[in-house]
Amino acid sequence: MEAVYAFCVGMLTTCGLFLVLRGRTFTVVMGLTLLSYAVNLFLFASGRLKLDGAAVLGQSTDYSDPLPQALVLTAIVIGFAMTAFVVILAMRSRADQGNDHVDGQIPTRPNSITASSKRNS
Amino acid sequence: MQHLPILPILLPMLAGVLMLLPPLTNTINRHRVFAVSVMTALVVVSAMLLLSSHQQGTQMYVLGGWQPPFGIVLVADRLSTMMVLLTSLLGLGAQLYACAGDDKGGMYFHPLFMFQIMGVNGAFLTGDIFNLFVFFEVLLIASYALLIHGGGKQKTKANVHYVILNLVGSSIFLFALGILYGTIGSLNIADMAVKVRLLGEHEQALAKAGGLLLLVVFGLKAALLPLHFWLPKTYAAASAPVAALFAIMTKVGIYSILRVHTVIFGEDAGALASIAIPWLWPLALLTLVIGAVGVLASPNLRLTVANLVIISVGTLMVAIAMQRESATSAALYYMIHTTLVSGALFLLADLISKQRGKAEDRYVVARKMKRGTLIGIAFFIAALTVVGMPPLSGFVGKTLLLQATQGMAEIAWVWPTILIAGLASLIAISRAGTTIFWRHAGESAIDEPISPLKIIAIAILLAASPLLVIFGGPITEFTNLAAAQLHDTTQSVDALLQGGMNNEN
Repeated sequence: MEAVYAFCVGMLTTCGLFLVLRGRTFTVVMGLTLLSYAVNLFLFASGRLKLDGAAVLGQSTDYSDPLPQALVLTAIVIGFAMTAFVVILAMRSRADQGNDHVDGQIPTRPNSITASSKRNS
Repeated sequence: MQHLPILPILLPMLAGVLMLLPPLTNTINRHRVFAVSVMTALVVVSAMLLLSSHQQGTQMYVLGGWQPPFGIVLVADRLSTMMVLLTSLLGLGAQLYACAGDDKGGMYFHPLFMFQIMGVNGAFLTGDIFNLFVFFEVLLIASYALLIHGGGKQKTKANVHYVILNLVGSSIFLFALGILYGTIGSLNIADMAVKVRLLGEHEQALAKAGGLLLLVVFGLKAALLPLHFWLPKTYAAASAPVAALFAIMTKVGIYSILRVHTVIFGEDAGALASIAIPWLWPLALLTLVIGAVGVLASPNLRLTVANLVIISVGTLMVAIAMQRESATSAALYYMIHTTLVSGALFLLADLISKQRGKAEDRYVVARKMKRGTLIGIAFFIAALTVVGMPPLSGFVGKTLLLQATQGMAEIAWVWPTILIAGLASLIAISRAGTTIFWRHAGESAIDEPISPLKIIAIAILLAASPLLVIFGGPITEFTNLAAAQLHDTTQSVDALLQGGMNNEN
């Protein structure tokens, strides 16, 4: 179970980081969402993984650590609020700048630069 | 009086909520009057809190009666109450300035301002790193909205970068918290400081990774070298009162590094002692260098001031990296000075750009300012203070810091870097002053009236500098005590855990 869990968290983080480093706001927002999922799963695992362990007293003989669950709950709420904000901001930025690039302008491609410089020379 | 430590958080929160409700939300004037009175009350409350924690020792506020290390606590010691008072003073100045017209750019300026103050105060007062995260998010989401307040292409662009960067930072923060909770088993700062010494060998590497991840996050908030690129653009794009308030934001990062890396991963942490220091030394010095380069390269006054903030971050980081009481004490003095004066400079830059018409605050020949003398005097005082010329507070702060290096091997690095960065800011700011005030062409510019509120706001923030020198004795005495309290684990750790147990009985 641990290996699969760790693999999932690692995969989500990798994909999240890759998407965050892209140039368009949509992919960046997707990346941030994936990162926050990865973070939530990771926080959840920080109290050790356990099968059939209840987090509420009096529910079972075997208990799991309740604190990470409280932390995850807070982190999820904050994560949702932030995602909502960044989505609205991305839309506003699309409207203000006229494109959805995070820098506000779409960079010219390197090969188009060489083509024009060839023409000049 | 027992509830004093939570008031700096509750007061702005309730004020912010009340301002969204009908009797207050109807006109901007009611917002203004209410907001200014709440901020004045906040200054009084913070001053009282500072006095009581200074005289009666550290105050602990146990929320919901759950004792530490299990419950949430607020800790009001000398350092945190000092930062809270600093926030309230800066907030009052920025808010008075905003009341002169900058708050009309969009809806709900004052409630957002209150929520940001609440987040900053909470981050200073909390004794628990998960709550530090929560308050970081509170202050950040308010700052996102404040930054875009007024709208415009420039602000949107700066805000997209700022928000995305900080969201990634928040994710890293949570990863770090997860690692630290998984290895140390606690999130209360005092409790972690005790437990970190008892870690098993295979868990030390993980805890070290967690501690260093925290350094990355706080470095991002504080604008430490490789993570500082967001700062100049963001601060230059924000409206003046917001930029002035943001002067405290980098200090939240610095404060957190000071807390976490001197209390938890301090000298007593066994195998994990001082893990951040080898990283902090070069990064702090390079931050100073890049700040100096930035200051010299800035094409307008706002960018110059933003880069001066980076220089001050570098200076403070150098002081933290020294890890001694005298250096921390000097850093605290310098922190008060630099926060207030950079706030004042952001406000002044806005005042100047309004007076110069189309030229704004760019360093170009423009028409003469109508009210140049008054602004010029204020600018001169601020400039002298910020570059650290005698007799004002910047000089005292830097001298204290340079004295603290006595007998260290790193003295050969610290002195030249700090002094050269000071020289660079002197050159840049005198270039700024001469261009703005002395080089003009054509007849005088339009007679733009200056609201007296703006003058009062700038005067409040600038008055701190001579006051810091006049009352230098008691203030340095206080910062010495605060630094001693932070470095002394019997006071910053054991007393808190003990105190919690005593209350229980």
